[in-house]
Amino acid sequence: MAASAEPPAAAGAPGSVLEVREALARVDYLADEPAALVSFLSQRLDKPVLVEGPAGVGKTELAKALSRATGRELIRLQCYEGLDEAKALYEWNYRKQLLRIQAGGEAGWEEVHGDIFDREFLLTRPLMQAIASPDPVVLLIDEIDKTDQEFEAMLLELLSDFQITIPELGRIEAQTMPIVVLTSNNVRELTEALKRRCLYLWLDYPTVEREMEIVRLHAPDLPEHLARRLVEVIQMVRELDLKKPPSIAESIDWARTLLLMGAEDIDQDVFEQSISIIVKHRTDIDLVSERVGVKLADPLRQQG
Amino acid sequence: MPTPYGNRAEAGPPGLAPKLLAFCEELRSEGVAVGTSEILDAFAALEKVPWIDPDDFRETLAATIAKSQEDRRVFELIFDRFFFRAAEAEAVQRGIGEQGQRFEGGDRLDLEGLREAVRQAIVAGNDGEMRDLARLAISAFGRRGEGSGVVGVDVQRIRRTLGLTTGAQPPTEEGEEQPRIDRADLTRFERMLRRELERGLIERTQALPPSRPLAELDRALPSSPSQDLAAVHRAVIRLKRRLATLGHEQRGRRRSRVVDVRRTMRASLETGGVPLRLRYRPKRPRRPEIYVLCDVSTSVTSASVFFLSVLHALHDSFRKLRSFVFIERISEVTEVFEDERDFRAIAQRISSEGGVADVSGYTDYGRVWLEFLTEIADELDPRSTVIVLGDARTNGREPHAEVFARISERAGRLFWLNPEPKLYWNYGDSVMAAYERYCDGAFECWTTKHLEQFVNIVAGGAPAEA
Repeated sequence: MAASAEPPAAAGAPGSVLEVREALARVDYLADEPAALVSFLSQRLDKPVLVEGPAGVGKTELAKALSRATGRELIRLQCYEGLDEAKALYEWNYRKQLLRIQAGGEAGWEEVHGDIFDREFLLTRPLMQAIASPDPVVLLIDEIDKTDQEFEAMLLELLSDFQITIPELGRIEAQTMPIVVLTSNNVRELTEALKRRCLYLWLDYPTVEREMEIVRLHAPDLPEHLARRLVEVIQMVRELDLKKPPSIAESIDWARTLLLMGAEDIDQDVFEQSISIIVKHRTDIDLVSERVGVKLADPLRQQG
Repeated sequence: MPTPYGNRAEAGPPGLAPKLLAFCEELRSEGVAVGTSEILDAFAALEKVPWIDPDDFRETLAATIAKSQEDRRVFELIFDRFFFRAAEAEAVQRGIGEQGQRFEGGDRLDLEGLREAVRQAIVAGNDGEMRDLARLAISAFGRRGEGSGVVGVDVQRIRRTLGLTTGAQPPTEEGEEQPRIDRADLTRFERMLRRELERGLIERTQALPPSRPLAELDRALPSSPSQDLAAVHRAVIRLKRRLATLGHEQRGRRRSRVVDVRRTMRASLETGGVPLRLRYRPKRPRRPEIYVLCDVSTSVTSASVFFLSVLHALHDSFRKLRSFVFIERISEVTEVFEDERDFRAIAQRISSEGGVADVSGYTDYGRVWLEFLTEIADELDPRSTVIVLGDARTNGREPHAEVFARISERAGRLFWLNPEPKLYWNYGDSVMAAYERYCDGAFECWTTKHLEQFVNIVAGGAPAEA
């Protein structure tokens, strides 16, 4: 049993939370304390991580960063409504099987039957790939809340025992322990059974300080005072009741835009020109320019 | 010894395992589903993490035990309380205290200086400093002899004495601008105050105050209306689907069909003018017409925000929806919802333009029914659904249940959502029973969960778990 005996992946597992945090920082992902801790635990305990939080706080990015930091390949399964086993797990290569039967000619049924249900005729899909891979991987199951409950149930075997049962082939166990990251935007409540098998991480919008670090990491040429100003405005915008509040990715985009525009400061003009970078709905834009634009017009910045 | 969850967790240093189990037990009593597998995980995880840092310890437990945002919120509250109590109990048991030194130095500090120091500590978010200042404040406060003996009251009094408020701060005397104080930061300082006061109390009495279950308000998420809105919207979308299809199955298939004369004649040409086959008019899918009446009086103040957000969500989903708000009179606000998208703006316009309060500001259900009947009832037909959101508290006025009955007769369906727990129905001036008879369903509804339940029941499904 690969799951309970000496776990093969533990060999490369990190020694401390700090180590994980530094490794993530090296690949440009600034994890906060809980994120680093949960990543660390998931590698030490070989448990999947369920990451929830508003859109655009770096849930998917965490998985990507883990893959870069550990040097593992990233296998991604993007979930959507109607996703089924054939798309996620495996599928028999029907055409190839047909060819095999035709090519077999006179061969007896028994022989062909054993043959066509062989690994050769198996089309592996992301989940299967992650399990069958000889090298350890990072498996990202993105937006699990978009699928239906049946699919979630199907995942249970994979998540708790890291194995997949194919009726014709038997059980396929993981060669190596993958790091599994599931993300959810909280569109629907996930089942208890799934949650029970995972470590839980709630990612929220970062604090001013951390978001500044992130922005400056991705737009290093941006002067510090401008970065601070930008993050403050973004946080102000997030407090409004918007259809879609700006995500971290949008802060970074905005920072780069400001650099391209050669803006010295965020005043009302600059804000009006670049507002579409951070808010993407007509009604939101109206609301933001009404609420935040006015504040920017005030001579607020004598101290600067 | 291998188990399905990896190697079996060690019991840890003596005393911890039972404490942790007691902690989980307390979480369970607050409704967090902590399974055995979660506890095993927690123990396994604690083996891998150094416990020197209290944050690491807490996060480790949280990651393995609290599996949703709501659970996490309850977890934080219980964690603080549980380990605080555990530490205090231990201190009492071992006779460790700091009599004499506690709350020292309050006399040497003037209130003005303290206020500034506290404000700075709150803005900086420095926990240690906040705690020290909280103790100073208590000491200064105690010396002025204003302690009431009730912790909650004292906390608020101290806060007021220090002149701490949320939001923008008044500028200093030199005219310098002050940074804002967030609600969350101030709450943190209040929590420090409360904790230090409790600690002092425990030390004086040598006993722990009884541990009470969390109040409903504490455990609720500190959510902005937009977050609530999302949940309400989800429930309403399901309601829409259901209302749109409801009733199709009951209607007779054949009997109500209408012959389309033109098409029948056309078809008869094939058979030499003899109408052998009848053609029928295609059936129009029925579109629900919804009338929502929403009580916005003071007795339902806390619920009205919720109700307005329900209305808001309904408006997004249904086109044929007319909404009314009422207190003493009724007023149609359909337009407000159609013009405005922003929830706050809607709430404001309704309160300023609604014009529903007359003199007293107390709900007058009887009059509302009369007005509704005279103004709107002609438009009601069996296809319309009426939903009333209100607490059925008439303030002693005539309920006019017979008028309500006539509304119920005219409308196809009538539902009542009451923001009060069922326990309080018919107590005091609530006349829920008088109205309930004429409703197709009356439900308590004060959380999104109840709303979902309502949708489920209307949809004919099993009631969702409470």
